[in-house]
Amino acid sequence: MIEAPDLSLSALTPLLFVFGAALVGVLVESFAPRHVRQPTQVALALVGTVGAFGSTLLVAGDDGTVTGAGALAVDGAGHFLQATIAGLGALSILLFAERGLDPAKSAFVASAAVPAGSPRDRELLTDERVQTEVYPLATFAVGGMMLFVAANDLLVMFIALEVLSLPLYLICGLARRRRLLSQEAAVKYFLLGAFASAFFLYGLALVYGATGSIRLSEIRQSVTDDGTGTLLVLGLGLLVVGLMFKASVAPFHTWTPDVYQGAPTPVTAFMAACTKVAAFGAILRLLYVAFGTADWTWRPLVYGIAIVSMVVGAVLGLTQTDVKRMLAYSSIAHAGFLLTGVIGLGGGTGSGLSATLFYLLAYGLTTIGAFAVVTLVRDGDGEATHLSQWAGLARRSPLTAGVMTFLLLALAGIPLTSGFTGKFAVFRAAIEVGAWPLAVVALVTSAVAGFFYLRLVVLMYFSEPAEDGPSVGVPGLPTTIVLAVTVAATLVLGVVPGSVLDLADRAATLVG
Amino acid sequence: MSDFPWLLAMIAVPAVGGAAVAALPKGRDLLVKQVTLAVSALVLVLAVLATVAFDTGGDRFQLTTSVSWIPAFGVDFALGVDGIALVMLLLIGVLVPVVVVASWEDTGPGGRSTKAYFAWLLVLEAMMVGVFAATDVFLFYVFFEAMLVPMYFIIGSFGGPRRQYAAVKFFLYSLLGGLVMLASVIGLYVVSNSQLGEGTFAFDALRQLDIDPGVQKLLFLGFFVAFAIKAPLVPFHTWLPDSGAEAPIGGGVLLVGVLDKVGTFGFIRYCLPLFPDASRTFAPWILGLAVAGILYGALLAMGQSDLKRFVTYTSIAHFGFIALGIFAFTAEGGSGAVLYMVNHGISTGILFLAVGMLISRGGSRSIADYGGVAKKAPVLAGVFLVAGLSSLALPGTNSFVSEFLVLLGSFPTRPVFTIVATAGIVLAALYVLLVVQRTMHGPSRGLVVDKPFPDLRRRELAVVAPLIALILVLGVYPQPLLALIDPAVAATMTDIGSDPGGTPPVHEPVTAEQGAN
Repeated sequence: MIEAPDLSLSALTPLLFVFGAALVGVLVESFAPRHVRQPTQVALALVGTVGAFGSTLLVAGDDGTVTGAGALAVDGAGHFLQATIAGLGALSILLFAERGLDPAKSAFVASAAVPAGSPRDRELLTDERVQTEVYPLATFAVGGMMLFVAANDLLVMFIALEVLSLPLYLICGLARRRRLLSQEAAVKYFLLGAFASAFFLYGLALVYGATGSIRLSEIRQSVTDDGTGTLLVLGLGLLVVGLMFKASVAPFHTWTPDVYQGAPTPVTAFMAACTKVAAFGAILRLLYVAFGTADWTWRPLVYGIAIVSMVVGAVLGLTQTDVKRMLAYSSIAHAGFLLTGVIGLGGGTGSGLSATLFYLLAYGLTTIGAFAVVTLVRDGDGEATHLSQWAGLARRSPLTAGVMTFLLLALAGIPLTSGFTGKFAVFRAAIEVGAWPLAVVALVTSAVAGFFYLRLVVLMYFSEPAEDGPSVGVPGLPTTIVLAVTVAATLVLGVVPGSVLDLADRAATLVG
Repeated sequence: MSDFPWLLAMIAVPAVGGAAVAALPKGRDLLVKQVTLAVSALVLVLAVLATVAFDTGGDRFQLTTSVSWIPAFGVDFALGVDGIALVMLLLIGVLVPVVVVASWEDTGPGGRSTKAYFAWLLVLEAMMVGVFAATDVFLFYVFFEAMLVPMYFIIGSFGGPRRQYAAVKFFLYSLLGGLVMLASVIGLYVVSNSQLGEGTFAFDALRQLDIDPGVQKLLFLGFFVAFAIKAPLVPFHTWLPDSGAEAPIGGGVLLVGVLDKVGTFGFIRYCLPLFPDASRTFAPWILGLAVAGILYGALLAMGQSDLKRFVTYTSIAHFGFIALGIFAFTAEGGSGAVLYMVNHGISTGILFLAVGMLISRGGSRSIADYGGVAKKAPVLAGVFLVAGLSSLALPGTNSFVSEFLVLLGSFPTRPVFTIVATAGIVLAALYVLLVVQRTMHGPSRGLVVDKPFPDLRRRELAVVAPLIALILVLGVYPQPLLALIDPAVAATMTDIGSDPGGTPPVHEPVTAEQGAN
């Protein structure tokens, strides 16, 4: 007789919420009449994500257990990351639901299957009909991410990776305008993502071969008892490559600018914030739980990758002429900063874990806000993302320019914004474990990255507006909520970050 | 009276004032200026009252306020002043209202409303007060960086033709220096964590640390680079002529008069007491940079054809004197340097303002476009001369006292550097008088002939009068300021282990060698 694995339902509530909402979403998509789908789907997706956010907060506290036959870890860091993902996911859903900006009332294509540029496609371009698959798909992705950061087992981690990736590949291709670019982004993301998944899978196989287990805690045990062999280190390296790809860390970043640029901007916001959090959650768990006792195996690797990522992000960011691509390189640079926090894990004694958790939250909120502003600046052709089109924006719309400037200063890490608190936390963690050369590189690249953030500020404030420049759309309620929340959070986490830092500190436990 | 949170009020009043100005409706430019002037005058009153409440014989840091801010990092919102910081607050208090009145009739480029300019000015004042009043290193850093934002917008939105370039250069130089300092700030925290059991940023606690000399050198360099960029010392100075030349006159006065003093203030407040060994090790090198700056700044000032760039190069020479006084490690030198910081704020301030008045009449920044101003605008020429004389440290003006103190204090410990620096005085006379002669005297030519060139109006007189009064009063009676400065400098010299009496420090032989090179 097969015994059912013991399941802690309370620990699973957040996941059940999200996956439940996603499944109901699929049913609604199939059976509900067209005119009620949009409001129903938005409501469902919000219920799923906000519910997951709330229930995570409720169940947080009864920590430190492993459930689902050892497949899921229930711990402080997991809860913190899950709540972050669910919260950021809810904000992204709100951006998806914005209907006031595009004349056709949605950022998503009316019918994804119609070939781009065909007569039918041109007809549909201004059609106010919207497809709503994007909501259940995004909800599935959120669910996958939440599972990803709680996976205590490499196989579950892999499944979660696929659950979060497949919907993302799809929704990247759903832009209403510039569809070819969007579809190209989707294909590129899919191909490279599949490649990275293969890396992860191969690494998994090697680690299994070396240790005889896919359970993180058992791998740790085996590493401690038997030491590390070539097979294991090789496997770890491949696993890390797979995860770094998702986290868009250079040199595994090549998809990032293209996909960020091509995907519908709300989806870009979603990927930039939530995927980053999820991928770093998994990186932390893998390195800390499975390989925490043998940190020499990954420290030099992560150290080097962190430097490459910061330098690539900051330097290539300088040459960009498109706002979305610029923010993509910014995200690569920030991935490098986050890795300094990962280095700050030390052997598990450092403050790197809580610092990274805080940074992820702060960065996610700021970056969603920045992309939300990008959705506002439009011309007749959709969003105006070329840098030159932003010239003199402060004259046309001082409020939009002010919000964007504030968010950019946060990304640059200027004090009194959340970006500074986050940077301070991760750099402190790195210096505490003696990695001050890394911190110095990080600080210098911060200054370099500061240049391209400033360049946008210079354009908005100090340049004369172009004659036929873009206009700033009046955001509807959803986008307004997103902007208000992200700006307020960026300010609060910069000025009075105490309580959230405490929270991250208390949450900084991982079980295995 | 000393229970009142003077310093907090001096930060909060302009910060709130700035927000209020920004919130005023469009088109009420007069109201904007009136509110700004009232707020900045109130800050001046607060600064004066705080000085009255300050007891020169009392604790090192007074008027303290401390609130726990980010407990997870051990950061307190801790304010307090010693005499050094207090005189800088007085300088801020005086200069900001002067700048407001001086900018009264300015218009932004392209007829832009100046509301934002005045709002940023008040925000900048709040940040400047904060940076001098912070006694928590983290808080200091926060103000140090946040201060860039208002100045960036002042230069970038309201500056001259190349304002975009200048604003970005200013921001990036300072940001880079600041970030390197951040590494040291965190390093200090880590050291305090290992020595005291819990990390802290409180200046008083950090001063007690016994830091390993090797670590000290690294941490010192982090702070030093940031301050040397800010001050600026040669070769970190190239941003200043661009920023100073492109900044609007009011912004330029505060940039050179106050913002850059954060660098020299940082030397004396943070570098010396926190890293005494490293300070002594690096002193000969820094003195070399200081003296190089004195000569290099003077030579370049002589070669300038642009009036505003001329003023910034004279400042670079003056910052060399200040750094010389600080790194001579004597009480006279230190006091002279701090007094120099105040006097330089006044004399460069008035020189900048006089240049601004000239430019507002002629519409050109080029020295060659002016000549014989004294015939058409004698009062303006007189003000320019007084500003110039104060800048070249003529006896009887304020700067003479400080320059003399610096040289007097530096000579016993650093004779070679001091002698070389003295050449800077001669050069100063040369560069100032050359410009005065070319623009003010001789036959009228260039723009002075082409344009009406009226003499100073009442508003402009009101701008320069208080500064001229200060130049003369401090020239003959600097004691009140020195009474504030001396105890703080003496305490700093004790921190660094140098006898306040001015006896030579231990590394004399090294110095002589360095000097000979």
